[in-house]
Amino acid sequence: MGLKHTTSFSQMVTHMARIDFFVRQRIVAFVVFVILCGLVYVSIVVTEYDVAKGFTSIPKAVRWSTENFYPDAASFKKINKIATRLSDTIITAVTATTCASLLAFFFAIIAATSTRPHWLFSLVSRAIASLFRNVDVSAWALILLFSFGQSTFTGYLALFFVTFGFMVRVLIETIDQVSGDSIEALRATGAGAGAVITQSVIPACLPQIVSWTLFMIETNIRSATLVGILTGTGIGYLFDIYYKSLNYHAASLVIVAIVLAVLAVEALSNTVRRMML
Amino acid sequence: MTILHVDNVRKTYGGNSYALDGVSFSVEKGEFVAIIGPSGAGKSTLLRCVNRLIFVTSGEVSVNGIAVTGLSNPSLRRLRRTIGMIFQHYNLVNRLTVLENVLHGRLGYKSTIAGTCGFYTASEKNRAYEILHAVGLHEHIYKRCDQLSGGQKQRVGIARALIQDPTLMLCDEPIASLDPSAAKIVMDTLRDINTRLGITVVANLHQVHVARDYATRIIGVNNGRVIYDGLPKDLTIDIIQKIYGSEAHDLILADGDTHGTH
Ligand SMILES: Nc1ncnc2c1ncn2[C@@H]1O[C@H](COP(=O)(O)OP(=O)(O)OP(=O)(O)O)[C@@H](O)[C@H]1O
Ligand SMILES: [Mg+2]
Repeated sequence: MGLKHTTSFSQMVTHMARIDFFVRQRIVAFVVFVILCGLVYVSIVVTEYDVAKGFTSIPKAVRWSTENFYPDAASFKKINKIATRLSDTIITAVTATTCASLLAFFFAIIAATSTRPHWLFSLVSRAIASLFRNVDVSAWALILLFSFGQSTFTGYLALFFVTFGFMVRVLIETIDQVSGDSIEALRATGAGAGAVITQSVIPACLPQIVSWTLFMIETNIRSATLVGILTGTGIGYLFDIYYKSLNYHAASLVIVAIVLAVLAVEALSNTVRRMML
Repeated sequence: MTILHVDNVRKTYGGNSYALDGVSFSVEKGEFVAIIGPSGAGKSTLLRCVNRLIFVTSGEVSVNGIAVTGLSNPSLRRLRRTIGMIFQHYNLVNRLTVLENVLHGRLGYKSTIAGTCGFYTASEKNRAYEILHAVGLHEHIYKRCDQLSGGQKQRVGIARALIQDPTLMLCDEPIASLDPSAAKIVMDTLRDINTRLGITVVANLHQVHVARDYATRIIGVNNGRVIYDGLPKDLTIDIIQKIYGSEAHDLILADGDTHGTH
């Protein structure tokens, strides 16, 4: 009888702890919601944003676009120029992404829990990656403009930095999740560090490595356009010129070309993904 | 001849609780030792201290007379290649073929370059074929491992360990993820390795009756301490109760149905 009493008492205690846990979760969620509402309100006041006008101007924007922002016959004469610039941009995005991914793989190897030589490497590698990742690509472009001026290289580096930071993070998680078990097994056989990486980590993670690299190529083609506006290169620069010279028809053709290119790359990378898995 | 000697081993993962709390025992060549104990008793930790996948906090482990704690990296690799290990979740590279996974067992014998490039000799490949035949996987040699059943995967794991030419085989819950018939095939294979090849086997097992059927000796662990170390036939219900604590009731019921050892 006494024993029964103690079990039910301890059950009651854990039960109460559990209720407490859910109540706390709900309180936290509520507080976060209130803070978010507050932030929205403050930013509306500070920027003197007119909410009503924000919504009513949408139809106006749509009307303007349909009247001016479409490719006309004259703009198609520029198609060759657009194609060259676009391929420049795509090539920049692809090389920046692949090079950054390759470097990121080495940083991920020394940082992942299952492959790192020492936890200090992990700390340093993660810190570097986080620095590169958390500065936005356009901010990197502006910073790099000081040292390298308006050139393709500036754009290339900006994309490289951000991709590197992102890929290190993603690959660390992939390595630990996908190959942790087989790494342990290979270690147990007496395999050396090099063999563990080439025989276990790479084959196990290859689909994810390729998949994320392709994803970043897609993302970077979009970013490269924006970066091009800042660095004066590629398709972004062309858009900038047309737009500022009020040649909206040509500018819209540039947009169409970019969208088509991104869709094509997406389709291509989906095919590659399907073949890999 | 003593193959494995564990001397007063303690292991803590930080904090003041011990996963292993002064464990000592020796294993002679040719023994089939089953380590049983409840979840969290420290069985996996103990096994991993043997080939230094985990560092002991204090105490010493010797394999074939070699103390593992002080070993340099090359010597550790040399020692590890004489110790085969199989795992509950098989720990194969699932995207590679059966043959490639088995050949991984030879990596401990390779130079940095040959290992990194994955160069295997013709005789190593022939050995892999032979072993795959012996464990009954000759029809699946070129299949990717993710296409195999659990029991087949575990036999790939065994083949990978066998190609190392081990003197000692560590098995961390080799049948915990398998259905009874696949489990029987795996356990029979392990017994075969033990009796015919003379390889010493140390296996963590969850089921008492499996330990009784296959082991020549049983070590019972609870809370990081050895509670029982002796012959399977001397393992009484009282002792099982001591080893498993509150879990014992279910175990004895499940066990008593089929075996009725009292
Ligand atoms: N990496 C780790 N970090 C911290 N604590 C750990 C770690 N690995 C194991 N432990 C703890 O050490 C104790 C022993 O764990 P171990 O995995 O050796 O038990 P086990 O007997 O193999 O259990 P199971 O039957 O569930 O596999 C447990 O209390 C566990 O929580
Ligand atoms: Mg375990």
